[in-house]
Amino acid sequence: MSETIAVNSNGKHPNYIEYQGKHKGLAGWLLTTDHKRIGILYLIAITAFFLTGVTFGFLMRLELISPGRTIMDAQTYNSFFTLHGVIMIFLFVVPGIPSIFGNFFLPILIGAKDVFFPKLNLLSWYLYIFGGILAIISILLPGGPADTGWTFYIPYSVRTGTNVDLALFAAFVLGFSSILTGLNFITTVHRLRAPGMTWFKMPLSIWAFYSTAWVQVLATPIIGITVFMVAIERIFKVGLFDPALGGDPVLYQHLFWIYSHPAVYIMILPAMGIISEIIPVFARRTIFGYKFIAMSSIAIALFGSLVWGHHMFTAGMADASQFVFSLLTMVVAIPSAIKVFNWTATLYKGSILLETPMLFALAFIFLFTIGGLTGVMQGVLSVDIMVQDTSFIVAHFHYVMFGGTGFGLMAAMHYWFPKMFGKMYNKKVSKIAFWLIFIGFNITYFPMFIMGWLGMPRRYYDYLPEFHIYHLISTIGSWILVSGILLMVGNLIKALLSDKKFSEKNPWGGETLEWTIDTPPIHENFLEIPTVHAAPYEYKQNETTVLTNQEVK
Amino acid sequence: MFNGASNFSQGVDSVFLFTLVVSVFFLVLITGLMIYFVIKYNRKRNSKATNVHGNIGLEITWTVIPTILVLIMFYFGWIGYEEMVNPPGDALKVNVTAQMWKWTFKYANGKTTDSLYVPLNRPVVLTLHSIDVTHAFYVPKFRIKKDVYSNQTRTVWFKAEELGNFDIACAEYCGLNHSKMYSKVKVIPDKDFILWYNQSADSSMDTVNSSKDIEDK
Repeated sequence: MSETIAVNSNGKHPNYIEYQGKHKGLAGWLLTTDHKRIGILYLIAITAFFLTGVTFGFLMRLELISPGRTIMDAQTYNSFFTLHGVIMIFLFVVPGIPSIFGNFFLPILIGAKDVFFPKLNLLSWYLYIFGGILAIISILLPGGPADTGWTFYIPYSVRTGTNVDLALFAAFVLGFSSILTGLNFITTVHRLRAPGMTWFKMPLSIWAFYSTAWVQVLATPIIGITVFMVAIERIFKVGLFDPALGGDPVLYQHLFWIYSHPAVYIMILPAMGIISEIIPVFARRTIFGYKFIAMSSIAIALFGSLVWGHHMFTAGMADASQFVFSLLTMVVAIPSAIKVFNWTATLYKGSILLETPMLFALAFIFLFTIGGLTGVMQGVLSVDIMVQDTSFIVAHFHYVMFGGTGFGLMAAMHYWFPKMFGKMYNKKVSKIAFWLIFIGFNITYFPMFIMGWLGMPRRYYDYLPEFHIYHLISTIGSWILVSGILLMVGNLIKALLSDKKFSEKNPWGGETLEWTIDTPPIHENFLEIPTVHAAPYEYKQNETTVLTNQEVK
Repeated sequence: MFNGASNFSQGVDSVFLFTLVVSVFFLVLITGLMIYFVIKYNRKRNSKATNVHGNIGLEITWTVIPTILVLIMFYFGWIGYEEMVNPPGDALKVNVTAQMWKWTFKYANGKTTDSLYVPLNRPVVLTLHSIDVTHAFYVPKFRIKKDVYSNQTRTVWFKAEELGNFDIACAEYCGLNHSKMYSKVKVIPDKDFILWYNQSADSSMDTVNSSKDIEDK
């Protein structure tokens, strides 16, 4: 492809959007191995699935505005919460940040021209799309969309007549997409760091992507194997999980959560990396406790892989298992707490500018803290017996997955948008959208904590009249939330379509490598691979004048 | 908020309250500091930041204190849980069958009902099994919940400490009418329970009627 680099116009190197490689036009995108273009391909697909998932969620909330039937029947509702879960988990939250921003920025942040396996990277995208298409087909085929919840618990998933097989196969394929991305990131971080970028000079988002990648590679095969076992059971009638064939449904739950709990950390770790990236930039000072934040990512990845049993405290596991899983669940809270404390401390004596990415990042801390603390409450055995499978759990994981990962993703979007596209969104509108999303989010999900504690089980099409007020408030919140999301997406699309170019290299005053290159980046990012001398977020200018009250490193 | 009606209610509620208070404390602390810093060190007021790379003392503090707190929470949770899995020997035994989408309760004398009648202040052990998919036996007011499997049994126990009718819900998704799989625990005085138990023991058909009599009393 090097011959085409000569197509420079006016001695300027074309950016990755204008760049003409072997293939032109649409093929230039669909056959690209450029990590940035692949990142954009993911962005488009993931946004589409996100908005689909939002639609299902919105309609579910609308149904729940009053007891009894409102706009749909029970079967439709059951399919909707399944589709909402499957799409949001497998097609949005799990791939989200690593696939979009990891692909686009991981090589740039470590000073590389691309990921280590660019073709494999494109293959991951195709697997993602293939998995997504399978999921869509499972909705459209006769038999109807799966109605099992995203957990596909056996034996219900065996008994239902809906298209569970296809949905499971979709999860299987998507798993491979995730594994390949993880493999690629691990190798890239090991092999392609710029000269001088030692491990402790890596930006913190790289630590997060790196820890995540290990979990992806190690945990995801388990869901693949589990789905494979389900297939064997169904085709050859070997009793593995189905009690009717002599299998053990609890075994299925174990295998499912051995993957799906670490998957929770696949979802949240990258968002934590983003927050660690954004906060020092808008506080314009060095990060507090770099090594503690970096190491806590590793600790979360490690301990997070050992706590799956806390999804099954009511399943009747042995007391020893209950004891160990509860204890480890408590322990895994600590590295997350360390991160939160360090982020907060990074604001201390900063020079803080509340731009939109920073608003999302601070909201992340608030919402993730609520999600994390309620997570600790659920780790407490006797309390979990009460709240397990109630809307308390639903509220908790929305605070972590949406308030955490979702807000992290939106923070990243507003942070890196100008760099990615060479356009700037309307900041005022983006702040209004932020407040709508933040307020709408809390009104939607907070009532679920209360009614969950009061005994409102989850996955309920109908409910007792005493829960009406909470459902009503929650549904009203969802309207605010959705209008905020639409305003945000509209604002970004408007910026994309506008002719006004934005070419400032470093609009936020960041000190990581992406802010040293052109906006938007050129093909292969760097004309010359940089040599890294300093740790990220040094903010040396702070040290020249205030050296006296400066802690020495 | 705290309106439990079984021997576990107070224990669970006080652990819940403890964890809630600790959680609110940390949430307020972090949010308060965040807002304070954002105002105090706003770029308008503080145009130049100061680098603080870290502080080992602080790191140790905010590692050790939360660790101690979560271990205390863990301990209380475990104590409460242990109580839930160790029923006393003299308990009344009832067999519970779950199916899509109803509960059936069978007593030792063969009496079969679709509401669970239990005497006040007497331990009751339920043996749970399902004849189809997985369900979960959940009585919010009693703070108990246990998954119900087919081809396997689970037990759950409680001692009702308040008279009245309390909801039984299914807490594990089980298909179309999952949200309608409600029944009631009817807690009646011991004397009335014995009466009810021995009355029409041979016929399960008119249990509904006889149970209504009890309620009227």
